[in-house]
Amino acid sequence: MTEAILKVRNLKKHFYLDSPIPFKKSDQSVKAVDGVSFDVFPGETLGVVGESGCGKSTMARLVNQLIAPTEGTVELNGENLVNMNKEKLRVFRKTIQMVFQDPFASLDPRKTVGELIAEPLVIHKIGNKTSRKERVKELLEVVGLRGSHSGRYPHEFSGGQRQRINIARALALNPDVIICDEPVSALDVSVQAQVINLLKKLQKDFNLTYIFISHDLNVVRYVCDRIAVMYLGKIVEMGTYKEIYEDSKHPYTRALLSSIPKESPNEIKERIILKGSVPSPINPPSGCHFHERCPFAMDVCKVKSPELMDVGNGHQSSCHLLELENNPLSDIPIKKKEEEMECH
Amino acid sequence: MSDTLLTVENLEVQFRSGSSTTKAVNGVSFSLNRKENIGIVGESGSGKSVTATSLLRLIPNPPGKITGGRIVFEDKDLLRLSDKEMRKIRGNEISMIFQDPSTSLNPVYTIGNQIVESIKTHQHLNKKEAKEKAIHMLELVGIPEARKRFSMYPHEFSGGMRQRVMIAIALACNPKLLIADEPTTALDVTVQAQILNLMKDLQHSIDTSIVMITHDLGVIWETCDKMLVMYAGNVVESGTVQEIYDNPLHPYTWGLLDSQITESVSSEEELNAIPGSPPDLSLDITGCPFAARCPFAEEICLKKTPEMIEAAEGHFTACHFQTKEHRLDRKEGKVHDRSNIKS
Ligand SMILES: Nc1ncnc2c1ncn2[C@@H]1O[C@H](COP(=O)(O)OP(=O)(O)O)[C@@H](O)[C@H]1O
Ligand SMILES: Nc1ncnc2c1ncn2[C@@H]1O[C@H](COP(=O)(O)OP(=O)(O)O)[C@@H](O)[C@H]1O
Ligand SMILES: [Mg+2]
Ligand SMILES: [Mg+2]
Repeated sequence: MTEAILKVRNLKKHFYLDSPIPFKKSDQSVKAVDGVSFDVFPGETLGVVGESGCGKSTMARLVNQLIAPTEGTVELNGENLVNMNKEKLRVFRKTIQMVFQDPFASLDPRKTVGELIAEPLVIHKIGNKTSRKERVKELLEVVGLRGSHSGRYPHEFSGGQRQRINIARALALNPDVIICDEPVSALDVSVQAQVINLLKKLQKDFNLTYIFISHDLNVVRYVCDRIAVMYLGKIVEMGTYKEIYEDSKHPYTRALLSSIPKESPNEIKERIILKGSVPSPINPPSGCHFHERCPFAMDVCKVKSPELMDVGNGHQSSCHLLELENNPLSDIPIKKKEEEMECH
Repeated sequence: MSDTLLTVENLEVQFRSGSSTTKAVNGVSFSLNRKENIGIVGESGSGKSVTATSLLRLIPNPPGKITGGRIVFEDKDLLRLSDKEMRKIRGNEISMIFQDPSTSLNPVYTIGNQIVESIKTHQHLNKKEAKEKAIHMLELVGIPEARKRFSMYPHEFSGGMRQRVMIAIALACNPKLLIADEPTTALDVTVQAQILNLMKDLQHSIDTSIVMITHDLGVIWETCDKMLVMYAGNVVESGTVQEIYDNPLHPYTWGLLDSQITESVSSEEELNAIPGSPPDLSLDITGCPFAARCPFAEEICLKKTPEMIEAAEGHFTACHFQTKEHRLDRKEGKVHDRSNIKS
């Protein structure tokens, strides 16, 4: 088996809230990321899904060392990035780049597209003016824009084009890993499809590894090889997209899948409608964080937090139902039922 | 009482800034029966919200202006009513909910206060009665411990809860028409499923018609009877949801349907994106607004604007090549390599 390019172990980020007493550390914290571990293999796409506030973006920023973890390690090609000295980290950082959700906010409106794309090259002192110009032109073409557009400003481009510019910027340093944090969530479906096609093509052409964060389960199924499902700072289930979409062992994942909107007016959905919304990460529920919303919660769920368990085929899930002889989830089909009909 | 609740004929709305005019809505027509739901779908900037806000005459003027058309609600010609008459209709007979519930609630007043105010504006109830009604509405929209939460502030509610409160306010006066502008777009799918369920349930109990605005076809499949597909300020296709799903006619609708990522799309195949992006509405568009992105476009499409015609019974579309006599073959227009679209 190939060696993982990224190894994340017991990663935690607790944000301490402002204490009412000055100079005293508050004991109230938001456990935004609370002990996640996973591997990412070269050339694959690991999807991260979960409701807003579950810690996806925080996790992304931890992996990229944009923020320091409270605990845990992030190994890139066998070297721990946490607490690495600054000079060395700078070199390692070239390997991991990010693409963010908002194609409007992430580009400085006063800079030309050429300047924006060349910026990472300038920061890392790569090449000279002429060679950078060439590289910008090449990158623009790689992402499907015209090389001659490097003198234009971001506002002259549509949302989809701006996301292409962000992608060109992320590619400038020839990274191995790109973390995409909701890269298509702000785009219309027709444009979203263009950008997804581009990301997939680039992955093939440059052998890129992606961590792909999204709240859209259809996008994730299409783009990702493996999927991690997060709930209140923890990974509650992880496995190949087939395992997750066809044989999920976690009631939360089941609920997420069942809330995907219908694909046709004729589809009959058997929904697991969750009660309420995600509880506060400041005082998360005892035991399994999900128990208050879980339609299958048992007494043990209120007191004991379930561990991630191997359920075969590289699939892990953390749910007390797995300890039962007759897991009620096994009787609930994931596949939708559709009325017999021919439709095109 | 006639069955038709709302008729919109040739609605035109423009925005002026300096010397340029944006033709945001360019001749939108539809009608809606009582207890019926109509969906309006289209990409951002296609004129959905402007159409919706025009129905309540809430277009900011300046820069916006309804420059043409008629909006008939029951027997009232809304564009001819006085401002005072219009205020009586707003929030009472027609109410609206928006995408972002946090901007429509006032952060300095309690949730209860805001519902009571809205009830008292339109109904002759005393303070106590209005409060009881407000609590009843909060219970109806599924807010647990409604009596306790009545005196809480918006920031103490989650996004989903705030949207429930907006629905409570919107439905407090039993409106005949509810306009919902992307009511679930800002919410997680789990909460979206809750809210759409709630709207369907409530609709059965209060007999409200809904104009549902969304960019998500899934939401239309979930909630609507009829639909309009909008593109660049124009309706390009309209009909029943079932008919448009079974037998879509406009190449833009095909593009929208094809670019959806559904379960049947294998991750091995490339997605069918629509190349390019919508036109700038402040420039004059001659011909079909979709022509520049249409895989079937021919000379005539760039010159002549297609009219909406009834291409099949009750099913209208605006395409030169989709008529009773002539049909396009959907497969032929499929462009496969769309990953390298130049701007
Ligand atoms: N700088 C911060 N200070 C305090 N809390 C934060 C900070 N950043 C994120 N959080 C909190 O951490 C949790 C996870 O946030 P985030 O990672 O943005 O979630 P997601 O990307 O899944 O929506 C949320 O409750 C959020 O409010
Ligand atoms: N207040 C405004 N001032 C100027 N232009 C506006 C205003 N509101 C909307 N528009 C323009 O009208 C067009 C349609 O907008 P809108 O109805 O909001 O689209 P949608 O809701 O379909 O995304 C857009 O081109 C937009 O720029
Ligand atoms: Mg996020
Ligand atoms: Mg809108």
